[in-house]
Amino acid sequence: MPSTDSPLISLRAVTKVFGQGEAAFVALRGIDLDIAAGEFVAILGTSGSGKSTCMNILGCLDSPTAGSYLLEGIAVEQLPADVLARLRNERFGFVFQGFNLLRRTSALENVELPLIYAGVSGRERDRRSREALAAVGLAGRERALSNELSGGQQQRVAIARALVNRPEIVLADEPTGNLDSRTSREIMELLGRLRTELGLTIVMVTHDRDIAEYAERHVVFRDGQIVEDRRRELAA
Amino acid sequence: MRLDLTAAVALKALARNKMRSLLTTLGVVIGVSAVIMMQAVGQGATARVTGEIAGLGSNMLIVLPGGPNHGGFGGNLRSAPQFTRDDLAAIRREVGAVRTVAGVSSRSIRAVVGEKNRSTNLSGVTPEFFDVRGWQAERGRLLTEDDERMAQKTCAIGQSVSDDLFGGQDPIGAELRLHDLSCRVVGLLERKGVSTFGQDQDDFVLIPHTTFARRIAGDDHHGTLMVSAVSEARTDEAKAQIEALLRQRRRIREGEDDDFNVRDLREIQNILGSVTGVLTTLLASVAAISLVVGGIGIMNIMLVSVTERTREIGVRLAIGARSRDILRQFLVEAIVLASAGGAIGIALGTAGAWALSRALGVPFMFPLQAALVAFAVSVVVGVVFGVFPARKASRLRPIEALRYE
Repeated sequence: MPSTDSPLISLRAVTKVFGQGEAAFVALRGIDLDIAAGEFVAILGTSGSGKSTCMNILGCLDSPTAGSYLLEGIAVEQLPADVLARLRNERFGFVFQGFNLLRRTSALENVELPLIYAGVSGRERDRRSREALAAVGLAGRERALSNELSGGQQQRVAIARALVNRPEIVLADEPTGNLDSRTSREIMELLGRLRTELGLTIVMVTHDRDIAEYAERHVVFRDGQIVEDRRRELAA
Repeated sequence: MRLDLTAAVALKALARNKMRSLLTTLGVVIGVSAVIMMQAVGQGATARVTGEIAGLGSNMLIVLPGGPNHGGFGGNLRSAPQFTRDDLAAIRREVGAVRTVAGVSSRSIRAVVGEKNRSTNLSGVTPEFFDVRGWQAERGRLLTEDDERMAQKTCAIGQSVSDDLFGGQDPIGAELRLHDLSCRVVGLLERKGVSTFGQDQDDFVLIPHTTFARRIAGDDHHGTLMVSAVSEARTDEAKAQIEALLRQRRRIREGEDDDFNVRDLREIQNILGSVTGVLTTLLASVAAISLVVGGIGIMNIMLVSVTERTREIGVRLAIGARSRDILRQFLVEAIVLASAGGAIGIALGTAGAWALSRALGVPFMFPLQAALVAFAVSVVVGVVFGVFPARKASRLRPIEALRYE
């Protein structure tokens, strides 16, 4: 269990360099970032500012070149690949800009996927997947194939998939980037509601100021550094 | 991840691309069905050939003119001396291991009945011929001692000759003309069908050897002697005794080659068996190569599939798949494809073999061993050719796989 005074996520002097020598590109220059359990953080910045790289490191999809990443006090960068896979499976839920559903596959089967890798079998998997779909407002659409769903519906399936294994942290990379503004609002309201209901910590990358309004903390990246970190009251 | 879940994931992935899965597996399907068909037809042909020869009697010897070095089956019939009536009598009298001996002389001839005529094989045979070959009359009678002694103008005919010249009417008692010899049909022999090599075994006219000698050949030599040994166990003994006797009668000195040749049917059986065996092996190796080609086809498509599904692999890694889960998934996909191909191939090959056996007139034999081997090989093909694409897929880094466009 996390001790009450240590943050859920803690990045210390995290540096990420892509490539080597002349072609080397420094994406992150010694980032310090703490995120407490239950926060809704928007990471803002232009493309190339390092916000996506930071997100990938947070999600254990990529590892820092230097510095440390503590998840509940555990040094993540020293963990073997299989343990990282289990962390991604149990602690994180991912929501992508392009939804990334398996094509020609039913909503239910898409949502089941994390449970398959978690080793949850049969009836339990089916029950939890249906619950998750109902929670995102897609009850009755379990059998619909991914390509038969609208963009907003596909993103709802993706959110259900992210939440089905009951993670504490949702990492959303431009979750509304492929959606129109009305659907974007619906998705953001859904995320906000689920966060309250399930006590989630949400970290969301976006370049859209309007979408960032749904978060209570804005972290702004520029040239691989955090230039602004501001907490704000949520509009009711 | 548990194996049944891995299998479920792999099967779903294959089901998403039914057409491609089918095409991928086609190479193995064709390879396996080719193996099955070749083996089945090869075994059927071998069984039929050996059965036919066994039907001649395993204690039968054939004495042919011409030495063993004169170039194979009767390669030198003309120059080598034929067998005299005295040779035949001497074998019958002096060789203890011989039960009976028949003399046979043959040539092709045109047989005429009324308006109809047919080119057929005429043989002058001694009455023992029927005993040696085990031939029975379906109607009428066989040629007898009396026919032979008195050089009767009688004949026994095969079913094909009867069908052709008498068109379903009873031939017994009818007259048949062979050149200027007119003879009465006294017997119709049982039907023996077509041999493996396509020879009509019912296309013949048999007359007494004495009649043949006087009216057709102009000499009383026998072209071939057919010998029946007392028992199968004494066949070798009979062969040795006949060789010794004929060498003595013909005054062949020590060290000189025989000018005749005693053939044991078991030898012929072995030779034919080995020929069909070699053919079967050859055909099977061609089929095996096509199986390997099928495996390469699977590998090729799996590699393309890994590239095409890079994003899918990225998503799976992001939501908690370990690299060995990905490895297993792709490996299981390859094995499922290959073994499904094997199973379909066995089914198609069996059906094809059955049809081909019918068409060629050989007995249908399901090659159980070949089927098991072919199935095992296709599973192995799946593993071998699936490992490389599966490793490639499992080594993708999650972030690169996710970014892949």
